[in-house]
Amino acid sequence: MLWEEEIPGGAHWSGVLRRGVVLRLTAGGNDANVAALFFSREQPLERYNMADTLKAQHIAHLTAGAVCYSDMGRILCSITADSCGWHDPLCGLTDAAMIAARYGATRFQEQRNRRYVSGRDAMLVELGKYGLNERDLVANINLFSKVVVDEAGALQLVTGHAKAGHYVDLRFEMDTIVALHAGPHPLATTTAYAPPAIRLQARRGSPPAADDPCRIRCPENARGYLNTERMYSS
Amino acid sequence: MKGLDEVVAAGEPWMGVVHRGQSLRIVDLEGNQAVDTLFYNATDTAEHYSAQNTIQAQGRIYLTTGAALLSNRGNAMLRIEEDTCGRHDTLGGACSAESNTVRYALDKRSMHSCRDSFLLALANHPQTKEGELTKRDLPSNINFFMNVPVTPAGELRFADGISAAGRHVQLRALIDTLVLISNCPQLNNPCNAYNPTPIRVMTWDNA
Repeated sequence: MLWEEEIPGGAHWSGVLRRGVVLRLTAGGNDANVAALFFSREQPLERYNMADTLKAQHIAHLTAGAVCYSDMGRILCSITADSCGWHDPLCGLTDAAMIAARYGATRFQEQRNRRYVSGRDAMLVELGKYGLNERDLVANINLFSKVVVDEAGALQLVTGHAKAGHYVDLRFEMDTIVALHAGPHPLATTTAYAPPAIRLQARRGSPPAADDPCRIRCPENARGYLNTERMYSS
Repeated sequence: MKGLDEVVAAGEPWMGVVHRGQSLRIVDLEGNQAVDTLFYNATDTAEHYSAQNTIQAQGRIYLTTGAALLSNRGNAMLRIEEDTCGRHDTLGGACSAESNTVRYALDKRSMHSCRDSFLLALANHPQTKEGELTKRDLPSNINFFMNVPVTPAGELRFADGISAAGRHVQLRALIDTLVLISNCPQLNNPCNAYNPTPIRVMTWDNA
């Protein structure tokens, strides 16, 4: 174990995860949700790309075996373990108006650190710490949330999907700026604001072997690892 | 304000402004042509079309008549007022040289792609060539006329097109909007029926 930290429910976090480190996120309660974004530490203009991630792997959800692609054909991180089974890459963030309408308006002056922060504001704050702004706020992932799409294209958030103790492991394949917000999913219909806390645990991982499940999941991923390894070759 | 009426050849970018209250029509002249499109607030280009804001607000992933295209700030930028195709894609994004190496083969890097068209258009356009808009400002785009179904099991498919020669989509601008189009040059999948073809782009005032 390299380090361990808890993100309180509703709070946001960012940090740099080095190539080779595995970050485990564990849900502190039922119906947890974590908005997540990834940027190359070396050149943040290279960043997680929703469309490239979905179409390279022919998926509209994320689970073990899937990888998160940058817009440059490289892999920022791989999902090496997942006890939850489905993470939503489609639905985006809450904003301040949505949070106020759904849960009530709050301010620091009255609620102190129990105030309700929106996903968009949380991400803008964390991105700002690296010189990034709304131009860099691309489509995000909602870890621990399951959203299914029916034949007509309608989105439905599955309640009761994430349980306390569910975890997902992200193995970083590039030095990556990670921004997280442990806030409610934008399609959540609960009227009480009670997003669960998220436990972060970082440990050293092994480099992806020739038969790594993420690498052999599809020929596209094999090429994604080659592109990534080529950048780190020296 | 003068309207526009231009034919955009396969593989070419197009940029132009559609003013508040004007209509923008894109015609799939020969059928099954993907039209990768982004929209920016013409007076504050940090505000742009957002796929996630749009699908979250309408609760569905496909676009057709009535759909409001929302910005990254949650504002409606345009509304689809006519659609003779029936379904447009919000998830497939643009092809790029780099994603082509992943999707098809490492030696496909040199093939023409939508992102290369986007970048060249931004580099040359009078409003953006000072660097106001760069790769940083390329979020996930709309693919007009493209059919990318998602299954209830969470799979993404690139299916044969449902468009045909002469079908069109028409949008009403709710704000002054800068439009960035790549008439997709992709030859490796069925999004253009393996044969990229021209489109027609028209704008006009409404009474």
